[in-house]
Amino acid sequence: MKPTDIRNPDYFHKVVDCQWACPAHTPVPEYIRLIAAGRYTDAYMINWHSNVFPGILGRTCDRPCEPACRRGRVEHEPVAICRLKRVAADNKEDVLARLPPIPKERNGKRIACIGGGPASLTVARDLAPLGYEIHIFDDQPKPGGFIRTQIPRFRLPEEIIDEECGYITERGGVVLHMNRRVESLKAVLAEGYDAVFVGTGAPRGRELEVPGRKEAAANIHIGIDWLASVSFGHVNTIGKRVIVLGGGNTAMDCCRSARRLGGEDVKVVVRSGFEEMKASPWEKEDAMREGIPILNYLVPKEVLHEGGRLTGIVFEKVKAEYDAKGRRSLVPTGEPDVAMECDDILVAIGQENAFPWIERDIGLEFDRWGLPKLDPATLQSTIPNVFFGGDAAFGPKNIIWAVAHGHEAAVSIDLFCRGEDVRNRPPPDVRMGSTKMGIHEWSYDNDVSLDLRYKVPHRELSQSLRDITAEVELGYDRELAYKEAQRCLNCDVQTVFTSSLCIECDACVDICPVDCINFTENGEEEELRKRLKAPAINPTQDLYVADGLKTGRVMVKDEDVCLHCGMCAERCPTGAWDMQKFFLETAKPKARQPACAL
Amino acid sequence: MSYLPKPKLHHPTLPKNALGYTRRDYEGAISTLCAGCGHDSISAAIIQACWELDIEPHRVAKLSGIGCSSKTPDYFLGASHGFNSVHGRMPSVLTGANLANRDLIYLGISGDGDSASIGLGQFAHIMRRGVNMTYIVENNGVYGLTKGQFSATSDKGSKAKKGAINTDEAIDLVGLALQLGATFVARSFSGDKAQLVPLIKAALLHKGAAFIDCISPCVAFNNHEGSTKSYDFVREHNEVVNKLDVILGRQPITAEYEPGSVTEVTQHDGSVLRLRKLAPDYDPTDRVAAMNYLQERKAAGEIVTGLLYLDPDPTDLHANMGTVEVPLNRLGDAELCPGSAALARINAALR
Repeated sequence: MKPTDIRNPDYFHKVVDCQWACPAHTPVPEYIRLIAAGRYTDAYMINWHSNVFPGILGRTCDRPCEPACRRGRVEHEPVAICRLKRVAADNKEDVLARLPPIPKERNGKRIACIGGGPASLTVARDLAPLGYEIHIFDDQPKPGGFIRTQIPRFRLPEEIIDEECGYITERGGVVLHMNRRVESLKAVLAEGYDAVFVGTGAPRGRELEVPGRKEAAANIHIGIDWLASVSFGHVNTIGKRVIVLGGGNTAMDCCRSARRLGGEDVKVVVRSGFEEMKASPWEKEDAMREGIPILNYLVPKEVLHEGGRLTGIVFEKVKAEYDAKGRRSLVPTGEPDVAMECDDILVAIGQENAFPWIERDIGLEFDRWGLPKLDPATLQSTIPNVFFGGDAAFGPKNIIWAVAHGHEAAVSIDLFCRGEDVRNRPPPDVRMGSTKMGIHEWSYDNDVSLDLRYKVPHRELSQSLRDITAEVELGYDRELAYKEAQRCLNCDVQTVFTSSLCIECDACVDICPVDCINFTENGEEEELRKRLKAPAINPTQDLYVADGLKTGRVMVKDEDVCLHCGMCAERCPTGAWDMQKFFLETAKPKARQPACAL
Repeated sequence: MSYLPKPKLHHPTLPKNALGYTRRDYEGAISTLCAGCGHDSISAAIIQACWELDIEPHRVAKLSGIGCSSKTPDYFLGASHGFNSVHGRMPSVLTGANLANRDLIYLGISGDGDSASIGLGQFAHIMRRGVNMTYIVENNGVYGLTKGQFSATSDKGSKAKKGAINTDEAIDLVGLALQLGATFVARSFSGDKAQLVPLIKAALLHKGAAFIDCISPCVAFNNHEGSTKSYDFVREHNEVVNKLDVILGRQPITAEYEPGSVTEVTQHDGSVLRLRKLAPDYDPTDRVAAMNYLQERKAAGEIVTGLLYLDPDPTDLHANMGTVEVPLNRLGDAELCPGSAALARINAALR
């Protein structure tokens, strides 16, 4: 294998699994250490710079970081990264003074953001401090988009939304056009904005197409529309027996909301198997904890009705079959159909993009799935000054992806408005520095906690089911947060090897608790992986290879389960190993001082 | 010099031996030796060897004297018996323990100061008595604990860290052990675990006096230019006579070797030691030839390593003394004290 080029920022970035997996590349270990140190406001700001909505995401994020977390590979469960983020938000002091100032003097550029959700708000946050004038258009009375309309209050209190949207919209530079539905992109373009950002989400709930749907329409509701009605207080009751169709997070929000509005017998019915459901495992758990059964492998066949009133629904039983390529199809089992009685049905079987307001003759091209044609790196559409982000760009994803798109689109818009090539992306801000303080003293806590993941305390069930605005999760208190934070392995404190200093004494090999360091003959990667001290069986994790040793061998380190405990560096007599903190922040429009220096 | 203990978490695929233990279960406390000390590598090799041999940790007694080397039994086999004895007196304590309980596996750990200076007499006598044990000298050729004076195994002409040249002849413990009747004699290097681990395994299986002289660089005081026990010097001058594979009964023999390139020796317990010859004419069962070869190569400035001598059918102290099979510490009052009638008979026989 060729020696690893550790100057390429991607190499060490990838070692920080959580940060690499986060679409917005939040420096997770950095803020977790700050939480452990009780520096909640600093931890909040690290988050705010990267993901804009720490308080909201700390409750609602899809947490791609957690399945990626290295801790999950060395023991049972990952660090509760998402819930630690909430701790930073819950315990922070006033941050207003720390937010980037909005200059009184504008730069003369006007940007329209269509849709007031997380993608547009991120664009606004990144560009307003540079003097841009941002105009946000949304058909709802308040900004937040789906964050406000879709997520039930028992998961996300409204004041958190108000607060974090307010950091963007209430400090100047942003003009809100609320209760204003944009009906024509052509008209917006005609208003002469320097750039337009489309962050309108995936606003259309997929329809249930079975016999009886139309006849029983009064008691069949599209999930996302129903959730919005609940959110705004237009709906505050539901029948006693409720069936929720669908296996995603919207379905989980629907069933749990129904349980709080009078639903006593609430069931979730999904076509697929329980394991393949799109909902996050913890959301399924939360639903089941509230006495909601999830029934799988049932496909809706017919809605039953009597005199225009819904009476029930019939399902066909199916099973999963896989073809030679591993593709799944659901085939009937031949068993008798299953009929269930119910008073209301909530349909949460998916969302679709809808752009009826974009004229098809203005040069904006769509692909065959009805999505805009975009450059995936720049998010630029076929009209050069129109950019897309969030669910409107590539179909339904989640908040953290919307934020990541918002950052990229803001970079593009800034480059575009300055007349530069939008494909010429600025590099990330990367710093590395030794954490060495003494012979066995480091500027990070290298003692590896053996604690198992701590559960987040919940409000008592009887209490939370009575009040749809009572938040179920209570969050970690400071003490629990400290203990959970200590589970973090500090993967951003990198093991950096200098061959010229190494005397090949094997001290690091002997001390490494997870057998990841080897001195051996070089070879091809596939073959090398097999003959290491502990076989490197995880091909998604890189091997760190260094040559230039006196014996002609190479140092090979499997990054997979490295605990970043620093034992190798403590046992190294010559300082060939060093523990260096790696800090990476993705490029934002215009260079700016990162919140935490090394 | 770590203050923190080694984290308990281990590699998820870490294998278990026949007893259900991982290699990590054979570890001890965290080492307090200097970072990079060769002794820590030897500890790691002992851990690996005991794990591979499926040795029950409570069947091992590890004994040592005084010095850096003699601290190391704290750093491996945390669940075994241990006795950190007096300077140079480990051999007599080990002999006594072995006499009292012949069933344990005895592992003596010593250094060049402990065995070649203050304990040289004890070293000589334990070898000539053929005590069933594995005796490892962690040989760094320097008094590390007292900051770098020459030890009795420092080579004549080698240079101390401060520049002094050694004028005294070195004691060659391998030569002594061969001459005094040890039935398993090897030399190895802490920086070559591929060689050291099989040697320790073979020594642990050997039913007699097994001696391993393990060169173990002292990073703090004897790893400089002019030292003959530095990592660089040993790597440059290491002449390996053979490579050893220890084959236990249950392992099938799969590898194939050129005819004449391999010697197999079956030990008394049935284990097979397969030696791949690197020095073509070296016969590890010929004691006199081994002694000659060692002298010859030493004169040429080389450090000979490998399994240097092996008597596949050794006798040990218990056989020589005709002791009973049952360990003495398990005999009851009746066996140990046969009564006044028996005493009277013995006395009568002496009149």
